[in-house]
Amino acid sequence: MSLSAVIGLQLGTLTLDVDLEVRAGEVLALLGPNGAGKSTTLRCLAGLAPVDTGRIVVDDVVLDDPSADVFVEPEHRSVGVVFQSYLLFERMTVLENVAYGLRARRVPKAEARRRAGDWLERVGLGGYADQRAGALSGGQAQRAALARALATDPRVLLLDEPLAALDAGTRGTVRRDLRGHLETFDGMCVMVTHDPVDAYALADRVAILDGGRVVQVGTLAEVTAHPRSRYVADLVGVNLVSGTVADGVLTTPSGARVVIADAPPGPSFAVIRPHSIALVREVVATSARNTWPGTIAGVDRLGDRVRVTVDGALPLVAEITVAALDALGLRPGDEVHASVKATDIEVYAA
Amino acid sequence: MRLPLPVLVLASIAVLFFALPLAGLVWRAPWSHAWEYLTDDATVTALRLSLICSLWATVLSVVFGVPLAWVLARVEFRGRSVVRALCTLSMVLPPVVGGVALFFALGRRGIVGQYLDQWFGIRLPFSTAGVVVAQTFVAMPFLVITVEAALRQLDLRFDDASRTLGASRWYTFRRVTLPAIRPALAAGAVLAWARALGEFGATITFAGNFPGTTQTLPLQVYLSLETNPEQAIVLALLLIAISFAVLVGLRDRWFGRGVSPGEVA
Repeated sequence: MSLSAVIGLQLGTLTLDVDLEVRAGEVLALLGPNGAGKSTTLRCLAGLAPVDTGRIVVDDVVLDDPSADVFVEPEHRSVGVVFQSYLLFERMTVLENVAYGLRARRVPKAEARRRAGDWLERVGLGGYADQRAGALSGGQAQRAALARALATDPRVLLLDEPLAALDAGTRGTVRRDLRGHLETFDGMCVMVTHDPVDAYALADRVAILDGGRVVQVGTLAEVTAHPRSRYVADLVGVNLVSGTVADGVLTTPSGARVVIADAPPGPSFAVIRPHSIALVREVVATSARNTWPGTIAGVDRLGDRVRVTVDGALPLVAEITVAALDALGLRPGDEVHASVKATDIEVYAA
Repeated sequence: MRLPLPVLVLASIAVLFFALPLAGLVWRAPWSHAWEYLTDDATVTALRLSLICSLWATVLSVVFGVPLAWVLARVEFRGRSVVRALCTLSMVLPPVVGGVALFFALGRRGIVGQYLDQWFGIRLPFSTAGVVVAQTFVAMPFLVITVEAALRQLDLRFDDASRTLGASRWYTFRRVTLPAIRPALAAGAVLAWARALGEFGATITFAGNFPGTTQTLPLQVYLSLETNPEQAIVLALLLIAISFAVLVGLRDRWFGRGVSPGEVA
């Protein structure tokens, strides 16, 4: 049970050449800048844009294959989509929106409304069933859009920047709830995002898109540790650490302590950029509030810089210049200390 | 803002230009006999015929005009602007010319009309059905351009969303598109109806002027001008009152506002 897609498409100046595999129960994040072809890839999977060349197969059923003259219309695919701006039908009530897909598939009205009501309860909008969809706040609209997409029990769930339209305050809670729903979803999920934090929180694997091509696929940890290009390193090559914040310290499940500048207490993510980490052989007096001991596990050279993977209680990737590496004479297996200023760490509520 | 005097003067003259003919009619109207003129047999017959024919013309305009507007708004094809011009030509054509053209198309010797007659025994000219055809010919463009404008303003991404939810194109049209263009559709239908109700030139040319079958209210106004000018004035005022009510009722729906973005869902 899986989704496999080979997509070749010429759209204006964009040449899309994408190859994806997603297993059942897995969430794949498509990460990349604007114009990389992320949303177009989703449109191909949904059937809103036919591919020029290639093949899209879901659970051994061919949905799109121009060479065999096969194209399944979007309404006949088992695909649910949460659009970037949600696209709720504003004239209808929230319940009518969620029941829409069931009604379109000729589910009797009473049953469609009952199932839609159940979904609204599940996403925490039970009390909003009879409101106009246009009156919902951003976070509520996102939940309603998710319920609408899932109500027809699709095999494939497509999320286009599911959190981009939300303000920072609601983003954290919506992200946490979305993760809960994705964990119980047993189909294949593809999510478009440009934010590594979202990919880290929600996805099992990431595919990095650039200029219409997949430049790297893997778990976020793999991609972060060994980005294949400068571009990937800049895009996602950050250290993401999850844990619980209390008294200005984030503690990871393995017990490592990260001193941070003020952040509200509770489950959180910390983003530590590799270029803000300094490596030293001996512990020195420094204004940096964090110093973690570790062992060098790998050294990857990217142009005039190197990414040094440090293993320890808090596994990290540091980015330093070739000159600094040579001056310290660092090699895999060496003991080092990684230090970073509390003010260089960004913290997000999980 | 202070109103510039020359603008105010010119605008006032323009308003007077439109108001004076109306005032003239009101001034000359035989108010004491108005009710008699409105309820005499010929008038009631003409009014009933006018209402029936104009409503049929409106129905036909909606049935054929909405799909036409949809094609013009949504389907890209070569010569689309030519087709649009062709289908709205009758708005600017002298109605008499339209009537003559209809005659040579659907008349007993017309390119289509001869076969309608030979095969089905249908003769449109000088029949009530001919009135409906003539009225539809001049009225449908009003509906088409109004609905097409509304369709163009719709966000097609909502159609995409609908289709990913398993809805066919028809279900999408019914539940997403139609509710969004409903105000424009209503406005277009009312305009088409008002135009059909007032139709004169194409009707008298194509359908003739037979009391009870093709003599509509505007035709009767024209005729009674010769025989009974007082009655003509009363009937003219009746037609003016209907048109005026339609325009006041539509207000800004027709004049530029169209469908506001907030209404598009």
